[in-house]
Amino acid sequence: MNVWQFMSQNHAEVLELTLEHLWLVGVSTLLAVLIGIPLGILITRWPRLNKPVLGGANVIQTIPSLALFGFLLPAPWIGARADRLAILALTLYALLPLIRNTYAGIKGVDPAVVEAGRGMGLTDRQLLLQVELPLALGVIIAGIRVATVISVGLATIAAAIGAGGLGEYIFRGLAMVNNSVILAGAIPAAGMALLADVGLGWVERKLSPH
Amino acid sequence: MKPDPADTAISFRQVSYRVDNGNGILHELNLEVCRGETLVLLGRSGSGKTTTLKLINRLLTPSAGEILVDGRPLGEWDVIRLRRMIGYVIQEVGLFPHFTVERNIALVPKIEKWPAARIQARVQELLQLVGLDPQLARRYPRELSGGQRQRVGVARALAADPSFLLMDEPFGALDPLTRAELQREFLDLQKRLRKTVVFVTHDLREALLFGTRIALMEAGRLITIQPRDEFLASRDPLVVAYREAFDTNFDAQGGPG
Repeated sequence: MNVWQFMSQNHAEVLELTLEHLWLVGVSTLLAVLIGIPLGILITRWPRLNKPVLGGANVIQTIPSLALFGFLLPAPWIGARADRLAILALTLYALLPLIRNTYAGIKGVDPAVVEAGRGMGLTDRQLLLQVELPLALGVIIAGIRVATVISVGLATIAAAIGAGGLGEYIFRGLAMVNNSVILAGAIPAAGMALLADVGLGWVERKLSPH
Repeated sequence: MKPDPADTAISFRQVSYRVDNGNGILHELNLEVCRGETLVLLGRSGSGKTTTLKLINRLLTPSAGEILVDGRPLGEWDVIRLRRMIGYVIQEVGLFPHFTVERNIALVPKIEKWPAARIQARVQELLQLVGLDPQLARRYPRELSGGQRQRVGVARALAADPSFLLMDEPFGALDPLTRAELQREFLDLQKRLRKTVVFVTHDLREALLFGTRIALMEAGRLITIQPRDEFLASRDPLVVAYREAFDTNFDAQGGPG
């Protein structure tokens, strides 16, 4: 049985796992955006925090994903359900590109523009909201794009701790030594990553300053 | 000629500025800017003239000494209010690239919550004042030439009708023809507006063109401050060196050459 036959026979399950996968990626990316962008802004205002924050995010990124899932297992509430655990781990992984791009985007704004803004009497908040964030938006979206694409791939590993998603097929296929089953997980995941990349790439171009 | 204290708009009292590593940029500067005059800070790169300018609108804070604007120490001013009554024009212009010309000029009036009709009228008035076609209002900065951009920069600085203008080599990056054009127009503009202007340049010609008085700075110190004509006649060795560097026959009265 080839992969297409397998997928059409199991279309209900394929759809369910795809939706689970989307849920894991969507929620974790959203959380990472909500945490990462403010953190990125924060370290442009307090340069002292720059090293600990970026360093911390960097260290998280170096932990192998399976190990991270394992580390988080004993955590209260989080460890009680596999999907919570997976979302937390994915959120942590997505933080680095978001913090780094927000920081780089704001720092990349032409210093003359910032100086002119300050000189004409913009408050820090006005400078941030009207000048720095709009001008950094393209770079920040690029960070969201990278984080999302990484997340789609990483989320397949969440199946190893029973969080569901398309990784189910990949692990099942590996156990059965059945390429069709592996591909039934891999192909939708790859499609999802591509769609996210193209879609967010389009948003990035639309929102980039001229 | 000593400025009348009642007419003093800005004064520096024993102002020093050091950077974090302890290096001094300015040393015990004493300086007065009179209302309605154009004081030119002349000096080579690193002489402290830009630092002096940025101390006035609190982009930098002095390490020692006191600066008074309108008779009040800077520390007593709300820094945002202070900056909004001081127009600031820099060489790099620093227009907001994501805003149209109109929005660039209108930003401070908008923040100050002027009614929309008044803002619109003010933008048109300013475009005319700096010699720009009102059609340009909807363009983005990247669609303008260097000279047009700096005109917008000047219009933006004037938007909320500040009493002061700080200008840091505003025409320094322009080609010679455009520069001469903008210099001429700014001279006319200043005759009409009578703002209190502090103008930084390293160009003696420009200093003589605009300066009511000229302050010569070197290595973080004020060497001399004199009215334009006396400056030309000065025998101070550094002033002489400056004149020689520019190697032209200025209409000096009793000066060398």
